[in-house]
Amino acid sequence: MRPFTYARATTPDEAVAQHTEGAAYLGGGTNLVDLMRLGVALPSHLVDVTRLPHAQIETDGDGLLIGAAVRNSDLAAHAVVRERFPMLARAVLTGASGQIRNMATVGGNLLQRTRCPYFQDVTRPCNRRDPGTGCPAREGEHENLAILGHTPDCVATHPSDMAVALAALDARVRVHGRGETGLDDLYGDDPVRASALRPDDLITHVRVPPLAMRGTYRKVRERASFAFALVSIAAALDVADGVVRDCRIALGGVAAKPWRARRAEAALRGGPATEDAFTRAADAELAAAEPLRDNGYKIPLARNLVVRTLGELT
Amino acid sequence: MPEESLVTLVVNGRTRRIAVDTRTSVLDLLRERLGVTGPKKGCDHGQCGACTVLLDGRRVNACLVLAVAADGSRVTTVEGLADAGEPGEPSELQRAFVECDAFQCGYCTPGQLCSAAGMLAEAKDGWPSAVTDDLAEPTDLTREEIRERMSGNLCRCGAYVNIVEAVRRVAE
Ligand SMILES: Cc1cc2nc3c(=O)[nH]c(=O)nc-3n(C[C@H](O)[C@H](O)[C@H](O)COP(=O)(O)OP(=O)(O)OC[C@H]3O[C@@H](n4cnc5c(N)ncnc54)[C@H](O)[C@@H]3O)c2cc1C
Ligand code: FES
Ligand code: FES
Repeated sequence: MRPFTYARATTPDEAVAQHTEGAAYLGGGTNLVDLMRLGVALPSHLVDVTRLPHAQIETDGDGLLIGAAVRNSDLAAHAVVRERFPMLARAVLTGASGQIRNMATVGGNLLQRTRCPYFQDVTRPCNRRDPGTGCPAREGEHENLAILGHTPDCVATHPSDMAVALAALDARVRVHGRGETGLDDLYGDDPVRASALRPDDLITHVRVPPLAMRGTYRKVRERASFAFALVSIAAALDVADGVVRDCRIALGGVAAKPWRARRAEAALRGGPATEDAFTRAADAELAAAEPLRDNGYKIPLARNLVVRTLGELT
Repeated sequence: MPEESLVTLVVNGRTRRIAVDTRTSVLDLLRERLGVTGPKKGCDHGQCGACTVLLDGRRVNACLVLAVAADGSRVTTVEGLADAGEPGEPSELQRAFVECDAFQCGYCTPGQLCSAAGMLAEAKDGWPSAVTDDLAEPTDLTREEIRERMSGNLCRCGAYVNIVEAVRRVAE
């Protein structure tokens, strides 16, 4: 690991001031320390942001204001989150392990880096890690990589479960001194860049507006627990007299960011809440999918997950 | 600013003050500098759980925590679990592991024990898990719940069935 200096920040202003060229914010470290050990991240200075006064979950009307330093396990165990936002609690609980959730922070979870094998292996080219070196994943190992929104330069996926639920919930991410942004804008549209934030942008809170629909989170993975998603879904549905009044759908494991399935949502609103309609809606979203040689299985997997999850919520 | 830092940790009840390279993990500090070799290094990437310790009472992977970031914390390793009751006597959880034959080579065991101790405290506080049906309701530690909550600890010898049994005995 490359040598670095370390400092704890106690206020957001202090954190930003300490974030000099080559520095990185340190949350729980469950992703950053790992990447430093792998030689993928090479910060010269760490600014520890876990002692900032952003470790509370407050209720904001019927919504939530979640501090960026809140640990993942505290978020999932919070009574209001469990009662009113089971989709979010479930997404967090399906991520990583009990130990990792005890360390991982909300801010770090949002900005965790892709698990693409080429990104994590410094002996291989990767446009994300070393811009302009190329993307071997396209022709190489890509069973678990993106089917939507990828570019010739990068086919990585975003690994977070929590972020998929936050995308479905229309959450707003608060950046110190820069206002709020939605998840779509937080991650941007260029997979190579991974996030549209500047290096010294500090996430202080995530605001979750109220949701008056029944929602849930489901995750398909290679083993029953402690594995990243192949495909996951955060969905909420409001049905009255057999008609879909409103819905939210976001998919995980399919793109470089949590994929808000707006086409599927539009296809569903005002229509019948039937398996046929759910299938057509899923197909409307997945029509844009461009599978690679070995990850076409994600299309039927995503379709079945949408249909089954919406069926359960009906 | 220096790349070395003075760190104070209370390890199994004993205050230890030591200068560390900022790159040192809590795991390496315990094993290499303080001679506390209960926690094991299986992967150094958060994937196996062999390094699990309790940090201020919560289970964490010591391989992913920088010692400088843990400055001022209490650390409990498997060595400290025993002293929670009669000094030097194995805890109820440790006895259950022996009685249930919950290991073979024993390499994962210190991590399993610390993880189970942390997990039992989480369950007592009413924390749900991914397999809890109704997140708003308290839940019992069924075998399924224990398996899910302990999934961060791998056992290459495959002693899982007996580990779950040992934890279940203590949970009852
Ligand atoms: C073995 C293993 C399995 C895992 N499985 C899953 C899984 O199934 N699902 C899942 O979702 N995740 C999984 N994870 C990932 C885990 O959820 C993340 O590592 C964790 O959420 C990151 O949070 P952190 O606080 O530790 O971040 P850190 O590692 O501290 O930081 C991550 C990034 O965020 C930046 N950062 C941190 N805080 C802020 C802030 N406030 N403002 C701006 N930037 C910030 C850091 O600079 C860094 O770039 C797994 C991890 C491991 C090691
Ligand atoms: S050594 Fe820490 S989890 Fe494997
Ligand atoms: S007993 Fe050998 S690894 Fe678990």
